[in-house]
Amino acid sequence: MWPANFEYVRASTPAEAIDLLSQNDGAKLLAGGHSLIPALKLRLNEPALLVDIGRIAALKSISANGTLKIGALSTHAEVSGSSTVKGYASALAQAADHIGDPAVRNFGTIGGNIAHADPASDPPTVLTAYDATIHIQGASGARTVKAADFFVDLFTTDLQSNELVTAVEIANQGTSKSAYAKLSHPASRYAVVGVCVVLQMNGSTCQSARVAVGGATVKAVRSPSAEAALAGSSLDSAALDAAASAVMKDIQDYVTGDVSFPSDYRHAMAGVYLKRAVRQAIS
Amino acid sequence: MAGLIGSSIKRREDPRLITGEARYLDDVRLPGMLHAAVLRSPYAHARIKSIDTSAAAALPGVVGVFTGKDFADVNPLPCAWQAGGVENHPNTPRVLEIDRVTFTGAGVAVVVAQNRYVAEDALAHIQVDWEPLPVVVDAKKATEPGAPQLHENAPNNICMDWSVGEESAVDQALKQADVVIKHHLINQRLIPTPMEPRGAIAQYLDATGEFTVWMTSQAPHVMRLLMTAFVFGIPETKMRVIAPQVGGGFGSKIFLYPEYCLVAALARKLHAPIKWMETRSENYIATTHGRDHITDIEIGAKRDGTITALKVETYANLGGILSTIAPGIPTTLYGRMLSGTYKVANIYCKVHGVYTNTGMVDAYRGAGRPEATFVIERVADLVAKELKMDVVDVRRKNFIPSNEFPYDPVILRGLKYDSGDYQKGMQRALDILDYKAFRAEQAQARQQGRYLGIGFSSYVEICGVAPSAWIGLPGEGWGAGLWESANVRVHLTGKVVVTTGSQSHGQGHETSVAQVTAEELGISVDDVIVQHSDTLGTPFGYGTYGSRSTAVGTVAVYKSLQRVKEKARALAAHLLEAAVEDIVYENGKLFVKGSPDQSKTIQEVAGAAALAYNLPPGMEPFLDDTAYYDPPNCTFPFGTHVCVVEVDAETGHVQIKRYIAIDDVGKVINPMIVEGQVHGGIVQGVAQALWEGAIYDENGQLLSGTMMDYAIPRADFFPRFELDRTETPSPVNPLGVKGAGETGTIASTPAVVNAVLDALSPLGVETIDMPMTPYRVWKAINESQNGGGA
Repeated sequence: MWPANFEYVRASTPAEAIDLLSQNDGAKLLAGGHSLIPALKLRLNEPALLVDIGRIAALKSISANGTLKIGALSTHAEVSGSSTVKGYASALAQAADHIGDPAVRNFGTIGGNIAHADPASDPPTVLTAYDATIHIQGASGARTVKAADFFVDLFTTDLQSNELVTAVEIANQGTSKSAYAKLSHPASRYAVVGVCVVLQMNGSTCQSARVAVGGATVKAVRSPSAEAALAGSSLDSAALDAAASAVMKDIQDYVTGDVSFPSDYRHAMAGVYLKRAVRQAIS
Repeated sequence: MAGLIGSSIKRREDPRLITGEARYLDDVRLPGMLHAAVLRSPYAHARIKSIDTSAAAALPGVVGVFTGKDFADVNPLPCAWQAGGVENHPNTPRVLEIDRVTFTGAGVAVVVAQNRYVAEDALAHIQVDWEPLPVVVDAKKATEPGAPQLHENAPNNICMDWSVGEESAVDQALKQADVVIKHHLINQRLIPTPMEPRGAIAQYLDATGEFTVWMTSQAPHVMRLLMTAFVFGIPETKMRVIAPQVGGGFGSKIFLYPEYCLVAALARKLHAPIKWMETRSENYIATTHGRDHITDIEIGAKRDGTITALKVETYANLGGILSTIAPGIPTTLYGRMLSGTYKVANIYCKVHGVYTNTGMVDAYRGAGRPEATFVIERVADLVAKELKMDVVDVRRKNFIPSNEFPYDPVILRGLKYDSGDYQKGMQRALDILDYKAFRAEQAQARQQGRYLGIGFSSYVEICGVAPSAWIGLPGEGWGAGLWESANVRVHLTGKVVVTTGSQSHGQGHETSVAQVTAEELGISVDDVIVQHSDTLGTPFGYGTYGSRSTAVGTVAVYKSLQRVKEKARALAAHLLEAAVEDIVYENGKLFVKGSPDQSKTIQEVAGAAALAYNLPPGMEPFLDDTAYYDPPNCTFPFGTHVCVVEVDAETGHVQIKRYIAIDDVGKVINPMIVEGQVHGGIVQGVAQALWEGAIYDENGQLLSGTMMDYAIPRADFFPRFELDRTETPSPVNPLGVKGAGETGTIASTPAVVNAVLDALSPLGVETIDMPMTPYRVWKAINESQNGGGA
């Protein structure tokens, strides 16, 4: 576990980091380092320059002003422990609390996590279900993109090589109920399958729903058919069965697997965990 | 001090471990030390046509690049335990392979550099011209016609065919049986994963021709013996081996490895200290693995549940090349323990030791006995199922009765189970569990579509492995002895130093040996220190494995203590002007029987012995003794473990609801240490049942090559364990101890498997291979006769 040589620079502002990225081909950003450092140690990645943004204070805050805004460098522990996050997006706090182990949660950041876009990671699924907005800064200024458009493919996002994530923003969800249900890989604790639901309820009737699936899929994906199956229902078992079938149909082009958890299993579990997420949200 | 044996005093090892003051191999830094990195084969089977090291050697900071040809004068490593009584076809590693590799990860070149980063950089610049060869990874397929051949001296990839028992008698018993049950079992390959990977540092002095080698080892004296006598062909006196603080081994650090010899050869070649520290990736491909059996069994039983015959055929995967004691594990430590806790009149077991293009397989915690226990404890459940009997009744019906000890299971070739009371442990487990209530709860849960299951494992294992005359070359093929030795020195001040040939890599010997010493001498435990793991200054020992350090090593200490006490009594008699027979030694005081007021303390006697102003005629100064102990028999811990699970039929997820372990490890020196051993053992054994498994693809690439894929369990996977003990002292040794290092691993795996299959029995699930991952359980449910669409 011996990385190849690299240069190291600590950036003090986002602009400085963006400059360094622009000037150095193949430079990589270092935030919490929990995806990058293992890759360096295995020599799966050999960047010439690491730009450390880990101490940029401006990217660390969690605030709520009509919408919830979480700075990119907020750690998973900060996200899971924040009463503000719990109030606005309880499923995000819940998911963050089950990432890795305490050491990972104390170092890994939400911005670093989504920029890495590991398909088995939890935050992309949850942010997709919340229809979150990703704030991005680059050489030509700031821009935003919706989570569903941000995650492009396996380990691939909409980020350009000289851009960085500055924050994620989640709109006020009103009285909605949400939950994230996950089957953890026993070794890595990444999601074998993770399903997040956000339900707008009117009494016992579900007015509308957003459903996202990760772990089982090459990227976090929404399931419009499952959302339609839940909307207008009382979330009884017939509706849940319909939604489970629908989510399996929607994700079938994205399903992935490995020798321990093949795709047929993950595919089926997306339906099972959708039901569990819904039950958990309304319990 | 009285009462120390049996007391849960805190481990004196722990403060340095907790505070980070403990010095592991990687903490050792010598002046002028250079760093080695090993280039490993990316192919599971290939010929090395040529190696060009010039580009790597030209990198700044690189001191030298070497291949196997540079060490042609260094002998291959020895295989020190070949299967007893049969022909073996051993093939062992060289420090670096020269012509051919037989598993992914075999070392073929080494870079020595100023630091490890440069050494690793240089690896990428070594050009190897490979000729890939066909690969076989499955032990049974490797023996079939047309399979790739790994070694010229091993036709059909067979290293050895070994058997125990009379095949014709078993066949006859099977014919006469009321029922015959056939079953196929896979005991999958595991990766030991100690917290500290392996490493070694070697220094060589030209002036004296002496090596000092620091290494992560469970057996430093044996390492010295093997390296000097077999690999380098030099006198033992020319090497000192030091195993500093060792961070766990689980068997994987018993063995001599190529890299340990390589750093020594390099140190001699380059006249500089050389360090090699394994990465976790290397640990997974190049350190030994465990288990990996494919087994077919045939069981004969009477209608009343009596097991009358057991016929077993096992293909034991030994890997691409032999590790130090590989052939002994699936033979002596497996085949000879297949009777378990039961009276089985007829047992025959045939074992094929097979080479495949996979990493080396050798002892892993339990070493053979978990594999045997898995077979016989599945057998008990299979018989119950076939005869529609209760699994507890089948066990109780077949248990060896407590009045038949010492018991000769015949297949142990003369050794006898030393002592036991198997019904008692089972009854204790049933009481804690409330078995009747559980079965009622299970029936009720099934009505609600919930799948609770219970699994039992009533095990016996073999510890304190010795008698040298039994296990040695003429008997079981072990190429050495297996006694232990110890030295006890009582200094002038009365402080005691015990040196032992055993090695501690987590077992807490520094505490438990001090407890025995302090109790025997009647002094404070703080006045005893225990030293180990350096061939300079400790007496010879065969090392720590097979739960033998207490039953053999500590008994050597005990023996030495008796002789020290004897001499102290003789000196006290002289000082008190009394006859030796009248001297009482009690609580650290020596006095004439009936006159405790006129006493000498052991400290006073030690002082008198050390000063030697006033000794009886002919007595040598000092209280000091070295004892050697070669036990007359092994010891046989036993017990019953019970696991209660709930299976989520929708996902296949197995939740452990309760885990009850009743162990009998003989007399206990430190209950807390024993409980710690049992906890860790259960965790590893349950992990085999549910999570762990090394997976090679058909090209011989290890797919489970990192801890992101290989599932080492975490604390929150488990409920609180419910532990209890029965205590049946071993008659084999004066301490009455048996051994507690492996019981948890040996017992737990079949308890979990039996529990999961019990849970799923209403669905018609017959068997599920380990690890019983959610996917495999889910698939088994979906494919079962009653489970589809559940």
